Amino acid sequence: MQKFEIFTGIVCPLDRSNVDTDAIIPKQFLKSIKRSGFGPNLFDEWRYLDQGEPGMDNSKRSVNSDFVLNDIRYKGAQILLTRMNFGCGSSREHAPWALEDYGFRVILAPSYADIFFNNCFKNGLLPIVLEEKTIDNLFRLASDDQALEMTVDLHKQALVIGDERIMFEVDPFRKHCLLNGLDDIGLTLQKVDAIKAYEKCRKDEAPWLFHGE
Amino acid sequence: MSAKTLYDKLWESHLVQTDEDGTALIYIDRHLVHEVTSPQAFEGLRLAEREPWRIDANLATPDHNVPTTERTGGVDAIEDPISRTQVETLDANCLEFGITEFEMLDTRQGIVHVVGPEQGATLPGMTVVCGDSHTSTHGAMGALAFGIGTSEVEHVLATQCLIQKKSKAMQVRVEGKAGPGVTAKDIVLAIIGEIGTAGGTGYAIEFAGSAIEDLSIEGRLTLCNMAIEAGARAGFVAVDDKTIDYVRGRPYAPDSDQWERAVASWRTLHSDEGAEFHLVVTLDAVAIKPEVTWGTSPEMVVGIDDSVPNPADEPDSVKAEGMGRALDYMGLKAGTPMSDITLDKVFIGSCTNSRIEDLRAAAQIANGRQVAANIKLALVVPGSGLVKAQAEQEGLDRIFTNAGFEWREPGCSMCLAMNADRLSPGERCASTSNRNFEGRQGQGGRTHLVSPAMAAAAAVSGHFVDVATLIK
Ligand code: SF4
Repeated sequence: MQKFEIFTGIVCPLDRSNVDTDAIIPKQFLKSIKRSGFGPNLFDEWRYLDQGEPGMDNSKRSVNSDFVLNDIRYKGAQILLTRMNFGCGSSREHAPWALEDYGFRVILAPSYADIFFNNCFKNGLLPIVLEEKTIDNLFRLASDDQALEMTVDLHKQALVIGDERIMFEVDPFRKHCLLNGLDDIGLTLQKVDAIKAYEKCRKDEAPWLFHGE
Repeated sequence: MSAKTLYDKLWESHLVQTDEDGTALIYIDRHLVHEVTSPQAFEGLRLAEREPWRIDANLATPDHNVPTTERTGGVDAIEDPISRTQVETLDANCLEFGITEFEMLDTRQGIVHVVGPEQGATLPGMTVVCGDSHTSTHGAMGALAFGIGTSEVEHVLATQCLIQKKSKAMQVRVEGKAGPGVTAKDIVLAIIGEIGTAGGTGYAIEFAGSAIEDLSIEGRLTLCNMAIEAGARAGFVAVDDKTIDYVRGRPYAPDSDQWERAVASWRTLHSDEGAEFHLVVTLDAVAIKPEVTWGTSPEMVVGIDDSVPNPADEPDSVKAEGMGRALDYMGLKAGTPMSDITLDKVFIGSCTNSRIEDLRAAAQIANGRQVAANIKLALVVPGSGLVKAQAEQEGLDRIFTNAGFEWREPGCSMCLAMNADRLSPGERCASTSNRNFEGRQGQGGRTHLVSPAMAAAAAVSGHFVDVATLIK
């Protein structure tokens, strides 16, 4: 995983609540056995007017000009601003893969679905929880003629817009992993002895769980 | 010792290590694997040159992509090349790593969440995970079961553990006797209607109360299946005699020499008297009707005797806007009685409602009746090859086909329309699945979630109808 460094980017406002992972990346694209290449089909059903299928040439499809991702102001946006319960529904990790592949690195919302929230951190995406009031305010700023630019400083846990700073919370362990680009599996494998010790106890207490050995 | 919730007990018995900030490493007893969320995880293992930690903890079966029509031609005959690749990739990965897989033509193949309990591969007191959000289903066995993403699938394969934080504990109590035609599906839809699709976010939900105790294990599987639609990763029910009877004799259940010991330990799997929850919600079972969703989120639900709600009556403006958008998508007018809504298709299946009891309940309604002329397709898709065989032995398949339903091979099918079974734009479907999101059953398709009996009643009537009026 890449280290998460301070950056300044454009905020794209997606004014909907309960955006589910089916909407983020429709199921027909789940058939890929790779992790990359999902960006062009992010929000496919909202972004294009025709029905998207894997392998299509997206440059030839008719785009829905009303959809915010197609608004020229938000071209190259790296920060997605959205509403409550973002990422609900299916556990597909293709959702954060698609967001990341498109170029998003940070999401701002009042709340997220649990599995999605977890999946983000494992893919170098930072989901930030902000108060509803703050989100409302950001929607106002982001919908101006001039796109809103914001600096994200994970180290200081701050979002900076001009002279204004919005502080945010983040789990210390997640922060550490993001800043250092650490992979969870590597971290867990440092605890091999503890896992083996647990497993030995478990085998004594509940041997029927280890029938196959 | 202080009183513990069932969640505390399940959590604590799987703790490998806890860090100061509460981040925990928990041990996973059972890992279920299917073809959609595993290829990238196996690829990751190979790239990092890591071996699976414990092969016998894994069990795999293809379900999302398998065709539900005639398939004796095997994997090679799957028409859609991309679906075929995923199923082939699962077969190849299981073969390479030595993981037990019920392949497409094995009678034990089916939807992972039907197969696990059916085989006794998910047992009381276990931690159960799968790269699929409806893993909460297995909580019905008194297990801590939840869905994970693909990175976590790889993590479990490599370490048999997961890095987690403990959730808060919620108890949802449903008290009293459910009325005629009211099933586990109606109860869980009513719960979601009450607490909302984000109501359980951050919580693990224990379902309790007399109406839950009254449910069969299959009913509890339906209930826990939809915990995730209430926002909770995990939902579970305490172990009782029904749980133990259900497990007895299943292929992966403990052998006779370990059975008594296992039962003794399972008997402790309930919340202690006086245990405290962060939140308790209570519902009255008597007030629950056969439920039907009207919108594009499972919380948009009303009783069959009700009407499509009016966004103008909703004080919260963000919510009202969501309702308006849902009505547009669903092509419905506020105030329309639910029983006036006519349908194009009916789908009975999915990990929510494709077990033998579900099929029996639907068959009871279909028996001696005919699918209405306006219904273009009424599908019955059993949850596993074994459910299918059992149903055929009971003659349910003939009841369905005589009534004009199609009888299919097991798989996820039209629940998410990854195979050829799907809705066309604008088509309206009564579905026993768990998600009515936009496009879930095919782009532009309109899904109404109901119980199997309600779906069968809608099929023979051509519109929604209170199933209680059709029960002979
Ligand atoms: S039946 Fe539907 S909800 Fe269940 S696992 Fe399959 S696709 Fe997912």
